Amino acid sequence: MLFLLFVIVPVLFAAYVAFFRWNGLGGVPTDFVGLENFRNLLQDEVFLGDLWRLGLIVVLSLLIQLPISFGLAMLLHQRFPGRTAFRLLFFVPYVLTEAVTAVLFRLVLSPNRGFVDSILAAVGIETRIGWLSDREIVMFVIFGILTWKFFGFHMILFLAGRQNIPDELYEAAAIDGATGAQAFRRITLPLMGPTVRMIVFLSVIGSVQLFDLVYVLTGGGPFHASETLAITMYEQGFQRNQIGYASALSIAMFLISLVFALFYQRFVLNRDLQGSITTAGGNR
Amino acid sequence: MKVTTRRARLMRHTGFYVAAFITTAFVATPILFALLGGFKDNQQLRENALGLPDPWNTANYTDVLASGTFWQQVFSSVFIALVTTFIVVICSAMIAFVFARFAFRGREGLFTLFAAGMMFPFAVAVLPLFIILRTFELLNSPFGVILPQAAFGLPLTIIILRTFFRSIPGEVEEAATIDGAGPWLFFTRILLPMSRPVLATTSVLALVGSWNSFLLPLVVLQKSTWWTLPLGVTQFSGQYASDTARVLAFVMLAMLPALVFYAFAERHLISGLTSGATKG
Repeated sequence: MLFLLFVIVPVLFAAYVAFFRWNGLGGVPTDFVGLENFRNLLQDEVFLGDLWRLGLIVVLSLLIQLPISFGLAMLLHQRFPGRTAFRLLFFVPYVLTEAVTAVLFRLVLSPNRGFVDSILAAVGIETRIGWLSDREIVMFVIFGILTWKFFGFHMILFLAGRQNIPDELYEAAAIDGATGAQAFRRITLPLMGPTVRMIVFLSVIGSVQLFDLVYVLTGGGPFHASETLAITMYEQGFQRNQIGYASALSIAMFLISLVFALFYQRFVLNRDLQGSITTAGGNR
Repeated sequence: MKVTTRRARLMRHTGFYVAAFITTAFVATPILFALLGGFKDNQQLRENALGLPDPWNTANYTDVLASGTFWQQVFSSVFIALVTTFIVVICSAMIAFVFARFAFRGREGLFTLFAAGMMFPFAVAVLPLFIILRTFELLNSPFGVILPQAAFGLPLTIIILRTFFRSIPGEVEEAATIDGAGPWLFFTRILLPMSRPVLATTSVLALVGSWNSFLLPLVVLQKSTWWTLPLGVTQFSGQYASDTARVLAFVMLAMLPALVFYAFAERHLISGLTSGATKG
């Protein structure tokens, strides 16, 4: 019941309201506008910008953040004194509240002689960069902070995946004369496949919903330069009372996640299930 | 088996440590900045940003700790997190028990529905949720945060618990039945005690999720009476924007409970997150 009321109903309700122009006050929405909200959405530069920024974050995550986490996981899988301490330490940022992290980084990157500026000055670089107020770089700065926050989480997942690979495989390979690099390419990479695919999935879905961190850091500014889908939705729905329009945006977010999830499951995760469920009843 | 010379191992280890220490610096610097910054005053922060505080100045920390708002926000956060966790775990345990142990028509379909609930991004639901909560007059009430949070916490918890319940052999239940225990007695006296580790793991997940949540409290709690710590920190940093040292002290104190909790529940947290990610 609880679940139905607070999870399913809201989504259906949003889908309904998205067809109205409604300020959210009084009774039920009456001003039916059909698809107008969606049409406006597709012409809204902020929304299109959100999509572009979403793509940017996803690409940067896949190309930079995940490989770093993967590398560190491989590193911490090796036996050497102190690795448990490093493991614990690298996970710490993930434990911290996003909103609190954002406040912290706002101070670290503060424009009037913040901490980063001081560090750079100490090594002889005088900067006048508005880390969070320069439209050109703000997304990259945010990406850096996201990496700080989340690489530990991905690393732990990679590590768990790596630990599931039985040692016997490596022993057998060593007996057959395989070098370390060969073993890595032929055993580690293929067997890490399911973990990698799952982490990519989590990372993309997480990016779609990005709100807390960016909202507290920049509020989406300067001039929408770092706005995310969820922030636009929040602004429209809660600050400007454009409930219908914001609902259309919610639905768009929902569809993006859904379509991505379905495609991903169909074409990528599919491989992990082959031989278990999908092909259990013979060839399809 | 592997023939490695001392020298080669030393080289390898040096490489490990270099990479590990670079990452450590990356991770720890912002946190140390907050910790030490809280002990400085603003003039020190400007002129001596990198060094240790001189003199060590505890006023920022003691001021925050002496203020009623801080403790009130801690209390709200703790209260909301505990009640959320309690509801999530009790409800999930019962639902998961039904899903795991009773066969009924439509079971798999219903279960898929729950599992699909995990896919709904929370941000999608927050707007209609707000309107629903307003209708029930739950705005500005802690339960306006607790109930939706609990609902969104259910799917993952149910999935994890069901998997565990299923792994308990049927013989255990048969033995209980022979001894005259009905399903309810079996559930409360045997299954739940047996599941203590998983229950701990799922509780930790729910607790952490609630502790960190920001968007829902932001929307629901418009008056400051029930503000949670994340809201409090954000608000505080706006109010004392020019008093960086004081904000740093507040940030540090707000991070502290999570860090302490992590130190104690690290194993449950990590096993919960990894199993949640791989089974989802």
